Formats: sequence, structure tokens, C-alpha cells
Amino acid sequence: MTGNDSFIVLRQVGKIYRMGDVEVTALRDISLGIQEGEFVAVMGASGSGKSTLMNILGCLDRPTAGRYLLAGRDVSQMSRGELAAIRNRMLGFVFQSFNLLARTSAVDNVGLPLQYAGVSYRERHQRAEEALRQVGLADRLHHHPSQMSGGQQQRVAIARALVTKPRLILADEPTGNLDSRTSTEILALLQELWRSGLTVVMVTHELDIAEYASRVVMMKDGCILSDTRRQARVADAAVESATAEAVL
Amino acid sequence: MTPLETLRVAVYALLRNKLRSFLTTLGMIIGVAAVIAMVAIGEGAKAQVEQSFASMGANLLVVQSGTTMAGGSRGGFGTLPTLTWEDLKAIQTEIPSVRYAAPVLRSNAQVLTEDQNWTTSVSGTTPEYFEIRSWSMASGTFFGQSEIDGGAKVVLLGQTVVDKLYGPYVDPVGQMVRIMNVPFQIVGVLAKKGQSPMGQDYDDAVFVPCTTFQAKIQGGLQKYLSGSIFVGAASSETTARAQAQIAELLRDRHHIQPGIDDDFSIRNLTEMASAQQEGTETMTTLLASIAAVSLLVGGIGIMNIMLVSVTERTREIGLRMAVGAKPRDILAQFLVEALALSFAGGLIGVGLGVMSAYRLALQFGWPTLVRPEIIVIAVGFSALVGVGFGLYPALKASRLDPINALRFE
Repeated sequence: MTGNDSFIVLRQVGKIYRMGDVEVTALRDISLGIQEGEFVAVMGASGSGKSTLMNILGCLDRPTAGRYLLAGRDVSQMSRGELAAIRNRMLGFVFQSFNLLARTSAVDNVGLPLQYAGVSYRERHQRAEEALRQVGLADRLHHHPSQMSGGQQQRVAIARALVTKPRLILADEPTGNLDSRTSTEILALLQELWRSGLTVVMVTHELDIAEYASRVVMMKDGCILSDTRRQARVADAAVESATAEAVL
Repeated sequence: MTPLETLRVAVYALLRNKLRSFLTTLGMIIGVAAVIAMVAIGEGAKAQVEQSFASMGANLLVVQSGTTMAGGSRGGFGTLPTLTWEDLKAIQTEIPSVRYAAPVLRSNAQVLTEDQNWTTSVSGTTPEYFEIRSWSMASGTFFGQSEIDGGAKVVLLGQTVVDKLYGPYVDPVGQMVRIMNVPFQIVGVLAKKGQSPMGQDYDDAVFVPCTTFQAKIQGGLQKYLSGSIFVGAASSETTARAQAQIAELLRDRHHIQPGIDDDFSIRNLTEMASAQQEGTETMTTLLASIAAVSLLVGGIGIMNIMLVSVTERTREIGLRMAVGAKPRDILAQFLVEALALSFAGGLIGVGLGVMSAYRLALQFGWPTLVRPEIIVIAVGFSALVGVGFGLYPALKASRLDPINALRFE
């Protein structure tokens, strides 16, 4: 399970935060392997270490112990600049609170990661448009976040995660701010991406959300409690079929 | 990111907050405008002083004869004729640092035409006088050596005299005037010279050959030069040396023993000029430094707003980092924002400063002078302020931890 050939390899990863004189152990001795094309849900109560794990997987943070190999490269000792480049090229983030730039059109929001990839303005615009079409927002290109519903905003955020053509999508409570119907739409979209070959890692604390993943990792007190592969529940909604057609 | 891309992002971010960006820039605008306007006023005053001294004559020394003593009351310089025509010749020939030396014999007299009269200063001199004063002709010619040798009854009129006798825009060359009942032919009109540093009108004067002056206007001693000698030194550096050399020469010629006072005086007008110039320069420096303080305040305003902006946009910074912005991308972005604010402020400030300098010139009749160097310096300094005060907020932004920044409320 932690073979070196996996897409993601964590080997005895630990993370200790120092807050003044107090040391807080957020992760202890985590070993985990994720194959390319898996849809993994990381579950746990708050304080279980799932967010810390997510930050390390997302190259936003470095482990204080152990090694993290992403696509065969050891990223645990990279500098901030190198990590930024890895995030830019290989990862796409979806956040609970969308984190879209206010007063900025959907197209410009989606094109943002490409700015840091040195892509020209015209190509950025093209690729952003393409990504927005992929998430079913072809008719909202020039809308600002304030003019869109929560579900639409999260779709813009997913389009932003997709625009760099990453290999791994990291979703941190992607449905946390959405109602159940919209949540299903977003989950259907994530499943769609997963089926097209992307690896998806999603943090959630809701069991019924985790059901949509093909593998559930339960965490508690910084350790992995259980790790089960299962049949993913298909996000069903007539609403999504149109989106699915748009993607295919 | 390319620099152009960074600039685009920065300008875009500033335009999202137009009012705030404008208010931030306002500090810079006022600072730069104040510097430009203040320096323009100072430079204008300086140029005016320089010009009035230049019209007085370059590197000018004035040699005057001694004083009379009557019953213990001393008459002042020039009252006792001690300078001789031989002294003049000696100054001209024996001192190499003297380029020109000219006698100036002065009197006030009435100048009459057929139907007008005007009382003005009449001076007897030689053509060198006009070289020393760098005074050119508006029309006609200077009198020459032959007129001096022959004591010709020719006269040069200053512009004010022409205006008073003939009215403006009249060329009286060739006409006759009478001075002390002696008819003189006008051979030339002098170019307008303006005022002396003390406000005396240079153009209210007429000039005749010194020999004619002695023979017809103010009879006097033939040996003594009953006036002063204007000396033009070769350069401003040699003026002081020429002064010392003339003093030595005259003491020697007048047989003055060591320890006895000079029976003549030499005034160095270049010294006076440089003292006045120093005065105006001090004023310029003072005005500019007051204005520079407001520029500094403008810079602090930029720093303040950039710090607010960094705090306010913490989540944006976190997001940008999450999607691939390197710390130096963030640094560059905020630095360029600060720079764009201050540079825009600098440019607008230059426009405003130049405009207000012209307004002041128009409104109050103050001489103002906007020098291109000042514009370059002001804009350059404002850019420097932008970098200087923008660096700390930008560094702060670039050092944010993306995780904390994304969670920032």
C-alpha cells in the first residue's frame, strides 16, 4: 500500500506545531499510498489532523518528520518557491469558502493560476473559458462572484483548479458551504473529474459526503484509524446529466 | 510572471479600489507639486538676481578716487580727485587680469529736443565701458576712438530717454539733441538693460565721449579723472586678484607709504552678486526642504495604505500562493503597486506643480522657473519613496504562510 510506485507516498510523516513553549502533534507516523485515479475521502473530527494532512498533501506545508513523494519526487524538503511551482503545475485546490477574488470576473478568477505559469493573456483567457465550459458555466464567463450562487461559485473554483491541467485535485470540505442539492451537483462534478482520470482527495467530516469517494481514510488524533476501499455512491441528479454531457 | 504582467495585475488591483488609490496618491501628488512649485519660485528669484547682476556687468570692479577733508568733515569717495588719466592707462596696460578699463565721468543734465526735455544722467566714457557692462546697441553705432580723440559731439541714448523724448518705437538716430546748450548728434540707441539690483533704471542715461564730457559738460582738471574707473576682469576667478593688483599698482603710483590708508576705493560687485545669490539659494533650499517633508508624509501614507491592503487581502495572497505564486511574485506585486501609486502621484504632481508655478507667476507676478532637472529629480524621488515605503508591506505579504493566510478572517 505504501509502495514507491504509488502517485502519492507518505512515509512515517509527522507534523509538530510549536506554539510558544507548547508542542502540538498534529500528525504522527502517517504512512499512506494513493494510486493515480483514486477518489479518496479523508474523514475525521476537527483536531483529528485531516486538515494538516491535506496541507501537506497540497504542498502548502512541510512535514517535520518522514518523507512525502509526489509522483516520485521528494517534496518534503523543497523550498517555498519550489513548492509553489509544484502546486502550480501538479495540484488544483478547491476550498470550502471558494476563495474567489472579489470584483473579478469568472474568467479572470479561473485564469489566475496560469498567471503564475507564465501563460500569455490570450491563452489564459482561452483555457479559462474552456475550463468554465467544462464545469457548465459557459454562460457566466464575465460574472463576478457576487453575481453568482454558492454552487456556481464553487464551480468557478473547480474550473480554477482544473485550468492548469493538474494530476491531483485537493478539495477541502468542498460542500461545506452549500445546500444538499448543490452539494450533490458539486460531488457529481468531482466524480466526473475522477472518472476522467484525475486523482481526487477530499476532506470532509460528513459520512454521506464521503460515500461518494472510492476510498475512505478515517483519522483520529493524528493517526489513521481506518482505510477502506469501497464502491463509490454515484452522485445522481438529473441536473448533472447535462453537465456530464458537456464534459464528455 | 513577466514584469509587464506584474504591472498589469498591480494596476488592476489599484483600480479595484479607485477612491482609496486616489487618496493615497494625493499625498504624493501634493508633495511633488509642492516641491516643483517651491523650487520654481526659488529658482525664479535666483534667476532674477542673477540676471540683474549680469546686466550690471560681469566681473565688475569700480575704482573711485579719494575723499576730501574739510574742517574734519569727510566728503566720501570720489570727492577728491586722486585718480589720473595716467592711472587709467596703467591699469589698462600693466595688469594682465584686467580685460577692460573705462573712465566714467558722471553728471546730471537736461537733454533737449525741439519740443521735449528730460533731465537724466550724462556720462562721459569710452567704448570699453559698454564691453564691461555687456551692453549692446538697439540701433546705430558706438562712438569710436576717433570720436574720443576728436572730442566729437555725439551721444548714445538709453531706451528710457528715447521713450521720454521721442516716445516708444521711434528711432532717433541721426537727430540732434542739446545738452547744456551744446548740440549733440545721436549716433546710437542702447539696448534695454533693465534695473540694477537696487532698482535704479540703467536705461535712464545718455553717454558721450569722455573727452567731449570734459570739454563741454563738466569742465575739470585735465590731469585728474574726476569720476570712477570701471574695470572688467578677465574672469570671475581673477576678479579678486585684479582688485588686489589694482590696489597695489595705485598705491605705488600714488606713493602711499605702508600703514597709510588708500586714497581711492575699489568695489567688487561680483562679491555682492554672489552674496545675494547665496541668499536666494538658501531660500530655495528652505522651500524645497519644507516641500520634501510633505513628500515624505506622502510616502508614509503609501506605506500605511499598503499595510492595510496587505492585511485586507491576506486571503487573496494565500490563494495566490496556493495556486502557484512564489514569495517573490507576491513581493513584486505589492512593490509594483506601491511604485505605481507613487509614480502616478509623482507624474500628476509634476503637472500640478508646473501649473501652479505658472499660476503664481501670473497671479502675483513672481518670477518662477521650472527646471527639467527638478522634474526628473521629483519623479525619481517619488519612485524611490514608493520602493522605500512599499518594501516593508510587500515583504510582509511575501512572508505570509499560505495556510494561515487562507484561513484569515
